[in-house]
Amino acid sequence: MTSMSATRRRGLWQAKRRVANGLLWAGSILATILAMVPLVMVIYYVAAQGLPAINLDFFTKLPKPVGESGGGMAHAIVGTLVLIGLASLVGLPVGILGGIYLAEFGNNRFGWNVRFAADVLCGVPSIVTGIFIYAVVVVPMGGFSALAGGAALGVMMIPIVIRTTEELVRMVPMSLREASLSLGATHWRTVLKVVLLAAKGGVITGALLAVARIAGETAPLLFTAFGNRYWSARLDEPIASLPVMIFNYATGPYEDWHRQAWGAALVLVAIVLILSVAARYATKGRAHTVR
Amino acid sequence: MTIQTTETTPRQQKEGLQASEQSDRLAKIQTRSLNFYYGQFQALANVDLNIRERQITAFIGPSGCGKSTFLRALNRMNDIIEGARTEGSVLLDGEDIYDRDVDVVLLRRRVGMVFQRPNPFPMSVYDNIAFGPRIHGLARGADLDDLVERSLQRAALWDEIKDKLRDSAFSLSGGQQQRLCIARVLSVEPEVVLMDEPCSALDPISTLRIEELMQELKEKYTIVIVTHNMQQAARVSEETGFFLHGEMIEFGPSSQIFTDPSDKRTEDYITGRFG
Repeated sequence: MTSMSATRRRGLWQAKRRVANGLLWAGSILATILAMVPLVMVIYYVAAQGLPAINLDFFTKLPKPVGESGGGMAHAIVGTLVLIGLASLVGLPVGILGGIYLAEFGNNRFGWNVRFAADVLCGVPSIVTGIFIYAVVVVPMGGFSALAGGAALGVMMIPIVIRTTEELVRMVPMSLREASLSLGATHWRTVLKVVLLAAKGGVITGALLAVARIAGETAPLLFTAFGNRYWSARLDEPIASLPVMIFNYATGPYEDWHRQAWGAALVLVAIVLILSVAARYATKGRAHTVR
Repeated sequence: MTIQTTETTPRQQKEGLQASEQSDRLAKIQTRSLNFYYGQFQALANVDLNIRERQITAFIGPSGCGKSTFLRALNRMNDIIEGARTEGSVLLDGEDIYDRDVDVVLLRRRVGMVFQRPNPFPMSVYDNIAFGPRIHGLARGADLDDLVERSLQRAALWDEIKDKLRDSAFSLSGGQQQRLCIARVLSVEPEVVLMDEPCSALDPISTLRIEELMQELKEKYTIVIVTHNMQQAARVSEETGFFLHGEMIEFGPSSQIFTDPSDKRTEDYITGRFG
């Protein structure tokens, strides 16, 4: 009898456990779906609204004068790529080398401070970075420029790249470092030839994600790169970019501008998406480098 | 060869003297009053012994007894541990490797190391072997190809993987990877090869191959192995040392250590009473 009731009680407890299990499972699925809804809707909306604006002209022509319809945003697409390139020139070397330093030599007070500063910098609103660059680059140079825009975006990249690089370099197993050191390699050589090679996939991912993150930044460009309605081949002059074009066109009074703003949004999303997929691809086969 | 006797116990003095009398001519590595500390913790206490050249010397002992620490003291791999401190001296061919003017890079070229788990670099087989020669500027071009081939042959791996030189080192089996790591050490033409439980992650057949390889290598190299496996120590080594709590309890010919140990603690350990 005792064993029977013991069994029955356990059965009840198991039923309770099953219910709790089911509830949690259903809850987490629901939350996941809820999280996906905005993402899917954003992409759907942008695609639905933007696709009609996409044609060959959009990629090859300059904007038409105010009032005329048609034209394209070729200069802004190129401008965004130029700005991303300039930002990478600033952000990637500083960020990657800084991250390596923190991971390999940063177990001291200085390293702790740098890490803290990077975390704070990560949280600085982008418009504040823009004002900072306005003060230290735009004002001394006497005007808006592609260089200033690239610097603003680059400064935003640094903390992201530093922290991801540090994490990934730290993840490289100690045994690999020891193998290199025990062959007589110096610490720096070990880091450059072995550790960085092992962390390569991850570091590239981190860099691409940082690029994707800054590609759509608008606020810091408003008073650094400013914007341009024409081609600009010079880095010391204002340059157009997709986010700023979206901002200007979407807030403008013309129906055709709104259509083009959607098109620009779609192209921007596509650029970020391509970068993210590239990041994924770069991580694949990590540590399986074959000559 | 003078023996420092100031800080050693009478027993260690006696053994040190015996060892040096037997092997003055042959001693490749000699440790003198070697002490090692991780912060406050003393991991090695007054270790005095002679490791003879071109033979296999094994060190056994329970986990945490200091045998790996001892091994790492011989090529200064302990230097990379923060808060660690070494006292006493380690003489390689009579010269103290802890001297101020010793270049660790050159020391580690002479005293190579094989680790517990195979740790090939994330590169091709060829580049793994060429890594050491490249950093030391030993060879390039066709000479480097020769050196890579020679190293793989010495590690008894050439015939198995000569067609896979451009493949990732990770595509090899665990036992092959470990022999690759041995070949990588041999490529910089060391004099001493330290092995830290080189077979603990391998299956019995791979273990056997490594043990056979060690027998071939001792013709040319001085081999020091740390192992958990007492049978392995008995099989492969000429001399064996038993570590306990950072102390060298007993050191002598393996045949004697494993059949007729003079210390009670050694006997307890090898008969499986603890550890």
